[in-house]
Amino acid sequence: MNTTRPESPTTALSAEGVADPTVLVHAKQSDHDHDHDHQAIPSDPALRVKALESLLVAKGLVDRAALDELVDTYAHKVGPRNGARVVARAWTDMEYKRRLLADADAAIRELGYGGMQGEHMVAVENTPTVHNVVVCTLCSCYPWPVLGLPPVWYKSAPYRSRSVIDPRGVLREFGLDLGHDVEVRVWDSTAELRYLVLPERPANTETLTEAELATLVTRDSMVGVAKASASPRRTPT
Amino acid sequence: MGPIQPDHDEPVFHRPWEGRVFGLRRAMGAWRRWNIDVSRHEVELVPPEDYLRMSYYERQFAAFIVLLQKRGFVTAGEIETGVSTAGSPVAAPALTREGASQLILRGVPTSRDGPVPARYQSGQTVRAINANPVGHTREPRYVRGKLGTVARDHGIFVFPDTNAHFLGEKPQHVYSVRFSARELWGDQAAPQDCVYVDLWDDHLEPA
Repeated sequence: MNTTRPESPTTALSAEGVADPTVLVHAKQSDHDHDHDHQAIPSDPALRVKALESLLVAKGLVDRAALDELVDTYAHKVGPRNGARVVARAWTDMEYKRRLLADADAAIRELGYGGMQGEHMVAVENTPTVHNVVVCTLCSCYPWPVLGLPPVWYKSAPYRSRSVIDPRGVLREFGLDLGHDVEVRVWDSTAELRYLVLPERPANTETLTEAELATLVTRDSMVGVAKASASPRRTPT
Repeated sequence: MGPIQPDHDEPVFHRPWEGRVFGLRRAMGAWRRWNIDVSRHEVELVPPEDYLRMSYYERQFAAFIVLLQKRGFVTAGEIETGVSTAGSPVAAPALTREGASQLILRGVPTSRDGPVPARYQSGQTVRAINANPVGHTREPRYVRGKLGTVARDHGIFVFPDTNAHFLGEKPQHVYSVRFSARELWGDQAAPQDCVYVDLWDDHLEPA
């Protein structure tokens, strides 16, 4: 595309007459951009997205209530607490665990979870000699119904590229050092199958209820970059 | 590619506009003038220097704007001005609130029924083909030409490599293929480690 880069963040047209989208986010970021409380002017992406939303609504292409439903659901209602319940159930109910490993879709649906980006689920079990870790090297595929939307690090170039070639190095960065007696299995989500890691149940948790066990299951342990711990160092996400 | 630097307490959307981009893509996707493979490929077409510089949602937004124009929803002029072209018809939204709720719960399954025989079986040694298409493919570069073992037949699914270019769903079997780490990366890798990759019939050949 032959475009001239304008000084102000306005659009430029390519030879095909398609507005160059990369220019839209080339805003001159003000010094105060990172100070959320004191922004006098919204950042450029915010303005552009707002303008696009208004345009699409005005054209009747988008219903605002539908938009709000989508945003609200994933911002607040769907998250790792869902997957934690699945894991805690598998830890306490051997028959459920067997069903989960045989047919994850059905087992996860039993607890009321399923749908978008979780239509085809696979659960992979960690053991003392096998550690599973999940990535999407090609984009950002992630099991939304049980974990919500993926964190920035999961979608980042470093994680996407290094997980497959140096999973042990990646895990060390997350504070997990695995020995030579452990087999590391990396699952690259290249198709529409979505992977949920079933972490090992921590030791000394025999007296905990299923609900209490669920509080020990972190998002990171279900992606495979951490183990579940009986005494988590931070609030489980 | 550098360190990962995870933020352990980050919000789902770092800014409200990110959430709006997320929602807008889904709401417009409901018109079914594109499919998920088309939209993924559009993100892949963001120039490399921009791709690596942009945040995830900046990329999604950039690709989305191109897609809206390519599929005839908006014109470049309307994007520039933010105003609907005089005289352009007002549609009725494809997705209502109730529709959004149903979409979230049901998703968009890409599995397909049909008498498509599997070309490979569990336990079989296969080679990922050395094909390097210019267009969309879900066969990662790092497995091409490598030997693996079929661990599982997931069943029949839409084939993204054709679907992304409106060349048809071409449903076929998808397999979980296990590649030893040393097969992929050489002796630097731990001998017991492996990578499982989901690949389609068309990505494989007998070994």
